[in-house]
Amino acid sequence: MIIECIRMSFVNIIKNKLRSVLTMLGVIIGVASIIALISIVQGATNNISNEVIKLGGNKVFVNVFGTALKQGLTETDAERIAAIDNIAGVSPTISGKATVVYGSKVLKDITVEGKNEVYFNADPELVSSGRSINILDLESKNQVAVIGSNIARELFFGINPIGEKIIINSLTYTVIGTLRESAGFSLSSTNDTVIIPYTTALRSLGVKNISTLDAYLKDTNLADETILEIKGILNQAFNYNEDAFKIYNMGDIIASFQSIMSMMSLLLAGIAAISLVVGGIGIMNMMLVSVTERTTEIGLRKALGATPFAIRLQFIVEAIMLSLTGGIIGLVAGALLAYLLARIIGIDVSVSVSTNLLALGFSATVGIVFGYMPAGKASRLNPIDALRSA
Amino acid sequence: MSGIVFLKDICKSYRSGDEEVQVLKNVNLTVEKGEFVSVLGPSGSGKTTLMNIIGCLDVPTSGKYILHGKDISDMDEVELAGIRNREIGFVFQNFFLLPRLTALQNVELPLIYSNVPPKERRKRAEEMLCRVGLADKMHNLPNQLSGGQQQRVAIARALVTEPSIILADEPTGALDQKTGAGIIEYFEKLNEEGKTIIMITHDVNVAKHAGRTVNILDGRLTEGEIIQ
Repeated sequence: MIIECIRMSFVNIIKNKLRSVLTMLGVIIGVASIIALISIVQGATNNISNEVIKLGGNKVFVNVFGTALKQGLTETDAERIAAIDNIAGVSPTISGKATVVYGSKVLKDITVEGKNEVYFNADPELVSSGRSINILDLESKNQVAVIGSNIARELFFGINPIGEKIIINSLTYTVIGTLRESAGFSLSSTNDTVIIPYTTALRSLGVKNISTLDAYLKDTNLADETILEIKGILNQAFNYNEDAFKIYNMGDIIASFQSIMSMMSLLLAGIAAISLVVGGIGIMNMMLVSVTERTTEIGLRKALGATPFAIRLQFIVEAIMLSLTGGIIGLVAGALLAYLLARIIGIDVSVSVSTNLLALGFSATVGIVFGYMPAGKASRLNPIDALRSA
Repeated sequence: MSGIVFLKDICKSYRSGDEEVQVLKNVNLTVEKGEFVSVLGPSGSGKTTLMNIIGCLDVPTSGKYILHGKDISDMDEVELAGIRNREIGFVFQNFFLLPRLTALQNVELPLIYSNVPPKERRKRAEEMLCRVGLADKMHNLPNQLSGGQQQRVAIARALVTEPSIILADEPTGALDQKTGAGIIEYFEKLNEEGKTIIMITHDVNVAKHAGRTVNILDGRLTEGEIIQ
């Protein structure tokens, strides 16, 4: 009987093409906006969380503000942190601003960071050409530099920068590598940065202290314990002044970021779902009109032996078919829209299976919920009155 | 108690505002198997109400109705739907074919509600359309058929479930004289084959083709003579 219902619904929907399409439009728009919004937000979330993950989920980030007596960490402090069991390596950062000169080109106020080999080892693809700073550079305090992509473009337009000499704060450095271009909005963008060995930086930048330190964990599950140990060392270094430093666990930051984004996508989907409800009301309206128009048919079917259930089933199936067809069209339209927008914005989209199932489930539910009342009205029609109305 | 249709002291009244209108007053009627009975009466006589009760579309206010050995008087809606499906073949004045279905699909319709499998349904509907002489029109839509052909499709639909009785409500009302006569002739033929037919009409000339005529006037039934 279900098959008959589906066939009859199909015949009826085809018969009233224009009306059916207009009715479906509500559901189409609802589903399309849900799919498009979720896909885009999810795509953006993936993009951004990839960036954040690049910063390192296994990284503990120590920011040192210092005290009046001691302005930052010393090398000894860094070594003590590096000696903790669960620490694979530490990468201290010494940061300063400097003027960079190549030939007649002068770049002022450039961020120059002193880092060590651990920083480069953490991301093997960080250097796009040339080589990275290695342990020998650190030990012999070599005057070498790895430069960001924007710096390379501005100083060495049309020239291979590797092996060229640049002057940073009056000292000559040899360019040994360039950094991979990072996304413009990335939190960790190094496009405008020059990186030199931190041992060299301690000598040349006029900065005597380590202001930030990245500690790489062996086992992220032990992050909390390790952070306590780091805190212990820092407390000793800064005489228990808690304001002197701050420790961030990148894993926690990533997790909270992801939960914020998923909440946002739910919120957006919720807003889009409202339009689905409006679409459902459209379906209810059409079904009510349909019941009125087909009073005679309902009466006849009842006379021929249709039970109230059979009549109700037929109208609910018709409502579901309307909303589900609308849902499928909306799905395709939404996915297309998402791809199109993503192209324009320049992010990846992710149209997930679960999103699609959710949208289809939603539209079928809309059919059942909003078809129920008109179907009930049809099933309660008195066959005598229904036949007399002809 | 005997007969395929057995009505005993059937009363039916409706509330119209504060007034209670009695449409059927102590109607007694027995129709034997194989009979062709016409119920003759002018409009407003209660004949449609009587047809609704015989057709199990309505239940009497009081009295007893036994159809094919089953007491209909206090069945619920679902049971009545089953009885209509199996025991009664309706033929209406306006045919009531579904306009978007072919002749064949229209004839199949009652079989859907008795859960006959699709293949058998189709076979039985085809046979029935052949019997009413529409073998070549099976896949036509109702609006591609003449009035007489439409009524024959409706008759095929009524016969397809092999019901105990054929209940015809003014079957010639929407047809011209000649076509109407053809339909009545067909009823006579069906009756000769053993079908029980109850026909409701206001037309004396139609009624006289039946083996027996009962008159209904102001909700009361009288056997025998034709009242002009």
